[in-house]
Amino acid sequence: MGDEEGVDKSRRVVFVTVGTTSFDALVKAVDSENVKKELLVKGYTHLLIQMGRGSYVPTKSEGEGSLVVDYFTFSSSIADHLRSASLVISHAGSGSIFETLRLRKPLIVVVNEDLMDNHQSELADELANRKHLYCASPQTLHQTISDMDLNSLLPYTPGDATPVANHINRFLGFPDD
Amino acid sequence: MENGNGCCFSSVSSIATLSSVAVVVILILIRVLHVIYCSGRPLSKRASKPVSTLIILGSGGHTAEMLNLLAVLQKDRFNPRYYIAAATDNMSLQKAMMLENSLASESRIKVADTAQFMKIYRSREVGQSYITSVWTTLIATVHALWLMIKIRPEVILCNGPGTCIPLCVIAFIFKVLGIRWSSIFYVESIARVRRLSLSGLLLYKLWMADQLFVQWPQLQQQYPRATYVGRLM
Repeated sequence: MGDEEGVDKSRRVVFVTVGTTSFDALVKAVDSENVKKELLVKGYTHLLIQMGRGSYVPTKSEGEGSLVVDYFTFSSSIADHLRSASLVISHAGSGSIFETLRLRKPLIVVVNEDLMDNHQSELADELANRKHLYCASPQTLHQTISDMDLNSLLPYTPGDATPVANHINRFLGFPDD
Repeated sequence: MENGNGCCFSSVSSIATLSSVAVVVILILIRVLHVIYCSGRPLSKRASKPVSTLIILGSGGHTAEMLNLLAVLQKDRFNPRYYIAAATDNMSLQKAMMLENSLASESRIKVADTAQFMKIYRSREVGQSYITSVWTTLIATVHALWLMIKIRPEVILCNGPGTCIPLCVIAFIFKVLGIRWSSIFYVESIARVRRLSLSGLLLYKLWMADQLFVQWPQLQQQYPRATYVGRLM
């Protein structure tokens, strides 16, 4: 999983995304020395943070013995960033999760515990149980990175809307194709 | 009793009024139960022509899932298509328009002939105070009624956002009153693994969806009247 296909092998980017939300806890955690150290140990070279509507601004860094850190707020499509990433750390939005899994990128999902009705953790937990991704909280992120074995992750087979379409068609009395 | 005849008349007329009200209520109840019974069963006639379809869009993941479903539905059967999104949601209608434009260019027909796009007032914005919400919900309901009277769809597709509740309730009332029979299909979001969303729960408990689809087996076990269809994404 996470085949880099022609990308410069010495450049391993960790892409962090919070989607359209504000998730300062995650951005702070990723910008912390703990997490950056673990990422460096695991061989990552770049950290790119999509910080969304959050107010905490990470510190840019050029590198020189540490991670190259950069950030931006939004982009019209994060697909390119996902494609060039070696590891994705994402908020628990289903759109981000499935977009990343479809691209077969290693994924750590961080659930925002400040959200009121946290049904998002259900999806993250279920997919983690099925070994498609890792789940972490902002506080345990550095530990998850340290303990993770990306080779143990199973690829996610994309779903299929055809069964629902068939149900609907049959219910309405349309002939089967 | 002072005015014997007057009292007798008023008590007779109030008994008559009460009885008529009781009869009407019972008739409505029977009609509602009958509608619920018929809704749960597939339509008896083989479909011979396209069905007008209302597609209710919600922000973010909801729209992505709905477009995913629309991609595998035969467009000549679900025609014309009416898209409704919340007034404050800009992205969803744009995405739907993109889908319809690409379909139209493929088959060289005008989008306006097969698809329309509308916005609806939201009952309540995230974080809005509950007191002002009463007023905005009333406005949203009137707006929903107006849209439903215009559209009167034969099929309704929705997958979770709160915007679908007023529309589905009105559709159900139209069924009871015989104004239009809409088959309501609700697809619970893939993000709902162990519990239904509030919209899903309402439609399930009130027996208002003809078919309620869930994407994870745990939900099917919890809600036996739901239909498990695997994952769409």
